Amino acid sequence: MSFFSTVPLSTRYLVSLCNAGVKKDGHWLVRHIDLDISDGEIITLIGPNGSGKSTTAKMALNILAPTEGQVTWRRRLKVSYVPQKLHFDRAMPLNVARLMELTSPLDRTAIDTALQAVGMQHMRDAEVTTLSGGELQRVLFARASARNPDLLVLDEPLQGIDCSGKRALFQLINECRHRFNCGIMLVSHDLHIVMDASDRVLCLDGHICCSGKPHEVARSKEYAALFEDNRNSVRNA
Amino acid sequence: MLDDFFLRALIGCVGMALAAGPLGCIIVWQRLAYFGDTIAHSALLGVAIAFIFNINMTLTVFTITLILSFTLVFLQKQPSLSGDSLLGVLSHSSLSIGLVILSFLPWVRQDLVVYLFGDVLAVSKYDIFFIWAGGTLILLLLIKLWRPLIASTVSADLAKAEELHPQSTKVIFMLLLAMIIAITMKIVGILLVTALLILPAATARRLSISSTPERMAVLAALTGTISAFGGLYFSAWANTPSGPSVVLFAFVLFIISLIPLNRLATAKRKN
Repeated sequence: MSFFSTVPLSTRYLVSLCNAGVKKDGHWLVRHIDLDISDGEIITLIGPNGSGKSTTAKMALNILAPTEGQVTWRRRLKVSYVPQKLHFDRAMPLNVARLMELTSPLDRTAIDTALQAVGMQHMRDAEVTTLSGGELQRVLFARASARNPDLLVLDEPLQGIDCSGKRALFQLINECRHRFNCGIMLVSHDLHIVMDASDRVLCLDGHICCSGKPHEVARSKEYAALFEDNRNSVRNA
Repeated sequence: MLDDFFLRALIGCVGMALAAGPLGCIIVWQRLAYFGDTIAHSALLGVAIAFIFNINMTLTVFTITLILSFTLVFLQKQPSLSGDSLLGVLSHSSLSIGLVILSFLPWVRQDLVVYLFGDVLAVSKYDIFFIWAGGTLILLLLIKLWRPLIASTVSADLAKAEELHPQSTKVIFMLLLAMIIAITMKIVGILLVTALLILPAATARRLSISSTPERMAVLAALTGTISAFGGLYFSAWANTPSGPSVVLFAFVLFIISLIPLNRLATAKRKN
């Protein structure tokens, strides 16, 4: 249980994964991950389904403990998280404004400003179960950014949003790092939109296949092989 | 009509309803109704043990229900048995073990109905103290834990990532559940404790349209208090057992909440 775990060592990075890996039911979900995130940096994790992107993100968030290796955080690190899937049950009434204060209290102006930035201020009193997928993603991003985090982890934040909306939201994510100087970890399928603004891209397939500047990764053999394989397997299926 | 015992029961019941409302909301939101039922049934085991060793019943019931809830959480992590069949096994087994043990104690037999369905006559000054002290403690802890509880209802991962410690929250929540069962057992009875947690919450959900979890929790506490008042007066007047009477009133309120008031209003306007 988490409250029995030892106090992590602090580092100058926001978060630092060292040879980290997670084993579940006898299988390695992901292994040998070395990754550091600094202030104001956007790191993107890409890779096919089941390549361990979300698992890596969850290690960085202290949701999953690494089976081997180490994860360390900077002292008093404030983290915001946008999970890949959130299921809202109709049993609990929850409106957008209350969702904004889910994990920490915020004042009214902070809520309104954050919602305005994603164009959702007109929905502040709407029940969250009535939102569309794209609207929910925008609200969740607004919630995460309104907390003024040091580290922002976004797991597939662009899903369910149409093409122009994707660009707009990604623009906001990019602005977020300049405004708060926060580090951002992005898990994404959408290579083209995301790549431009990323400082580093990690291409995963159970381990780090290749990493580096976006254009380097895009040109690398490993990246091409990974996504070529993937495309073929889809075609064959 | 306001005999001493009745006033005692009334005060006890209001204290119970105020704490049970918000706690019941969490149970409804986290889909723990059957879990609560199982824990409540194990309270009879606590009653039996308290009789055998002649020790304080409220504390024994609290301890036994707490042990059972932790055992349940531990066993639920074993993937070989599905969660609800595990609850079914433990729920009826603990109830049966309690009944079998009590059958060896002939002097208790006639009192059994009191523990199963509750009796206002059985509420002592001592019980009132436990209900109000326990109820206040439950409400204070619940207020302190409220944000983490709501956050982990939405997503345990999100709560954990943003440092709200969902696991320790869950442990304390189990403690609160065991506490409310121990203190309310004498009024509503072991078989009906969960009804008093769930019914007001269900009614409150119907009444709170597009609002917040907090408003629903307050509404549930109010609905529970009204049911407690109505049920107890009915019980004293018609000489019925207190537990079922309170639950009956909570059920009537639930039925009333099902009436689609909005639609009735619009229909009238059309006419």
